[in-house]
Amino acid sequence: MTVSTTSIVRPARVERPSLVRRILRSPLALVCILWLVGLVLASLTAPLWLHDGPLEQDLSVVMQGPSAAHLLGTDELGRDMLSRLVTAAAPTMLIALITPVVAMLVTIPVTLWAARTARAESVMNRVSEIVLSLPGTVIILAFIAAVGTDMPLVMAMFGLLLFGAMYKILFGQAASLHRQLFVEAAAIDGVRPMTASIRHVLPNMSETVIVQFVLLFGVGIGMQAGLAFIGLGPQPPEPTWGGMIQSASKFIFQQPWMMVPTGGILALTIIAANVLADILSGGVAVPPPLISLRRRRPSADAADRTSAAEAASAPASSADASSASTVAASVADRELVVRDLVIGVDGGPALVTGVSLRVAPGKVLGLVGESGCGKSVTSYATLGLLAPGLSVRSGSIRWGALDLATADEKALQRVRGHQIAFISQEPTRSLDPMFTIEWQLVAAIRRLRGVRRAEAKAIAARLLTDVGILDVPRVLGSYPHQISGGMAQRVAISLALAGTPSLLIADEPTTALDVTVQAEILDLLRGLIAERGMSVVLVTHDLGVVADLCDDVAVMYAGQIVETGTVRDVLMRPEHPYTMALLAADPHATIGGADPVRLASIPGQVPAPAAWPSGCRFIDRCRFAAAECASAVPLEPRAQGLGAVRCTRRDAVAGREEEWLAPAMVGGDA
Amino acid sequence: MSTSDTTPLLEVEGLVVRYGKRLAPAVDDVSFTIARGQTVGLIGESGSGKTTIGRAILGLVPVDSGRIVFDGRDITRAGAAERRALRGDLRAVFQDPYSSLNPRSPIGRTVAEPLRVAGLARSAREGRVRDVLASVGLPAEAAQRYPREFSGGQRQRIAIARALVTDPRLVVCDEAVSALDLSTQAQVLNLLADPRAGADLGYLFIAHDMAVVEFLAQHVVVLYRGRVVEQGATADVIRAPRDPYTRALMAASPVPDPDEQARRRDTWRALRAEAKATA
Repeated sequence: MTVSTTSIVRPARVERPSLVRRILRSPLALVCILWLVGLVLASLTAPLWLHDGPLEQDLSVVMQGPSAAHLLGTDELGRDMLSRLVTAAAPTMLIALITPVVAMLVTIPVTLWAARTARAESVMNRVSEIVLSLPGTVIILAFIAAVGTDMPLVMAMFGLLLFGAMYKILFGQAASLHRQLFVEAAAIDGVRPMTASIRHVLPNMSETVIVQFVLLFGVGIGMQAGLAFIGLGPQPPEPTWGGMIQSASKFIFQQPWMMVPTGGILALTIIAANVLADILSGGVAVPPPLISLRRRRPSADAADRTSAAEAASAPASSADASSASTVAASVADRELVVRDLVIGVDGGPALVTGVSLRVAPGKVLGLVGESGCGKSVTSYATLGLLAPGLSVRSGSIRWGALDLATADEKALQRVRGHQIAFISQEPTRSLDPMFTIEWQLVAAIRRLRGVRRAEAKAIAARLLTDVGILDVPRVLGSYPHQISGGMAQRVAISLALAGTPSLLIADEPTTALDVTVQAEILDLLRGLIAERGMSVVLVTHDLGVVADLCDDVAVMYAGQIVETGTVRDVLMRPEHPYTMALLAADPHATIGGADPVRLASIPGQVPAPAAWPSGCRFIDRCRFAAAECASAVPLEPRAQGLGAVRCTRRDAVAGREEEWLAPAMVGGDA
Repeated sequence: MSTSDTTPLLEVEGLVVRYGKRLAPAVDDVSFTIARGQTVGLIGESGSGKTTIGRAILGLVPVDSGRIVFDGRDITRAGAAERRALRGDLRAVFQDPYSSLNPRSPIGRTVAEPLRVAGLARSAREGRVRDVLASVGLPAEAAQRYPREFSGGQRQRIAIARALVTDPRLVVCDEAVSALDLSTQAQVLNLLADPRAGADLGYLFIAHDMAVVEFLAQHVVVLYRGRVVEQGATADVIRAPRDPYTRALMAASPVPDPDEQARRRDTWRALRAEAKATA
């Protein structure tokens, strides 16, 4: 598993702001808290500032609208509505808190226990189902009939009844957290199971718990008002919100105003609780805008780019311009030529700078480098599938007569799947868990080849045979989770072949697989390439896979190509220190040879895009770095063979790959 | 300590683990030993039961039959309390550096957890955490930071620091490097190879790739479908593998040398054809 560079541009999804910060950042959340807390405080201090008591009747001013003396008007007995509403607020809200408190106090320990032990899980699943199936309102009414209108007790009972629903919500999360390795690590640390639940599982559930707590608080207020409305609550003349709504409804034709403050305060309070829950949850429920944003390809932007490119090329000499145009025109059919590609984060740094590649028909190009070097981003760009927030800033991706960097969505759709297909590192991700393999293959074949269902079924079976699946009928009828990882990758490859593509972009196609399965998949890809004359761009960090499959290699480091050449030249006679280091770090390189005492370890990490050095980007990690490396380094032809190298000191470092095996020492070579 | 130096560090005898009564056992009659300070590689494809063996030793899955003896003590069915009595002699590093660290807990707290359980004073804990973080090449201030602030390779080094913090006798490494980039993988492998030289520390190194095992282990156990098909000194097994499955496993591991890789590919194809013919 490698971390995609694209995560750099979406820090919000990697690292969400803390709960407190999320509240402080949102004015709406502050308003909600102000409303809820202010109402309770105002209610508790009511005797100090209200001049009419909640029970004081003044029969000379019954059912009046708002006035200076009675800001919210009076009720049918001439009592001040403001006074009654505010007085009722604190008891209502404090008693409503009992519901979520009881619900959580019961559900959390039970959930943690059930997530820990299988037997408890099966018992508690049944219990929660039984509780869920109980008619809550009927039980509450029966309970009131038995114990009377003791509201705290009734609301506690209501909280207990919510156990079923809360358990269902919390259990899934607790169970998946329990399967996390850090919980097992805690067990190995000797932490007692219950302590592990409290220290490691509960804190990771806190967000859900808090959100559900706030939601239940709103439900509790609604429940209380409902009960008071049907007369089951604190008895008159005690003011209650539900009771006041009930009397307002009796006089709705004589004085409709009475409903406004009573209904309003109830609605506003419940809305405040719900809005707060929504903000606390941080909009988790909103799906990431991946698809919709990907579709966005502002043609104006593209036009801008083309005209800018034209403007830039205009001052160049006519000879240059003509040679450039002949190069552009010479891109053959089924040939991919990437020229000076620059991909950047909108309003941020560039991730890939000036990458040029060429993949002739039937050839396999390996794109290698560590995570965060821009390999995947480059390969996604060839499909017009850059993540939202990323865009091609300049350069071209020529596919035959078409420039994929500026092509519109319609043109891309004619290419994607039909001419250029994609297979990913995680095959199960390219398969929808809801549908059978057959359904998915048939849908893709019908869309890409425009054939009838029966014919598509025949093609699907043939494709699966082509990718070396023996038991075709069984696999066709299976769902993605029913097949192994290697089988899933075969299916993903057959899916990629559905449109008879001539170029395959393979992003770490075997990284998630065992060596034995990897060998099978590599063998399969090799056969398909030979049979169909397909070309492949293979993104990988495994140099052994490169040696197995590739004709040419491009080594990328920090968004740049640092070395290109034939697979034999690059792997056997590396000229760039980075390539040398990668080879010396590979335990496979030394297999069967002299006993390796240590592997080369490249000190430090790939620098983040914003922090690339201005000269050679490898300077901080290179053991051969010297003063002259601080200035920009161009790609120059290899000393041996075809291809290019980006290193100022390549003559000085030639043949010194063994030195990488010595313990780390940076910049020691003066 | 009552045990003499000749007692193996870990003895696994006739281990059987089943995940369901009707299913074939995930681990079937597996036996091997780890001597003091030795590194043993456990190798096989997915589904070969190698991870299950590691989990059984760590007490994370129940054992159906057989014995696991650690340092002269039978821990086959040891409960949480007995495992605590091992006092951090038996530790683990997992494959996925992303889910093996609690995202809500600062690194220092995670690394110090076994020390806290052992009842060490706070100041002693902090000193030990600082030392162990330094030994895996992380600065002392890393203790205050959260897992999300570290890269995959750094996280795996933190996981190793957590394993080493108790000065263990045996560390079970379950695919500890297979999720890492080549360069970070090399860093971690060097790190694992390092303390071994001096300390009395053994490793059970679980992997699917022979090259990684060859680099670290003196002894290798090859598993296929829950059974041991071959075991012996790493150099012997690599020089002259006896079982066809071991040969296939070695041939499947690709080398960054196009000519050598072409030879391996041919070997692998021949072995596969042979296996299909016999099947």
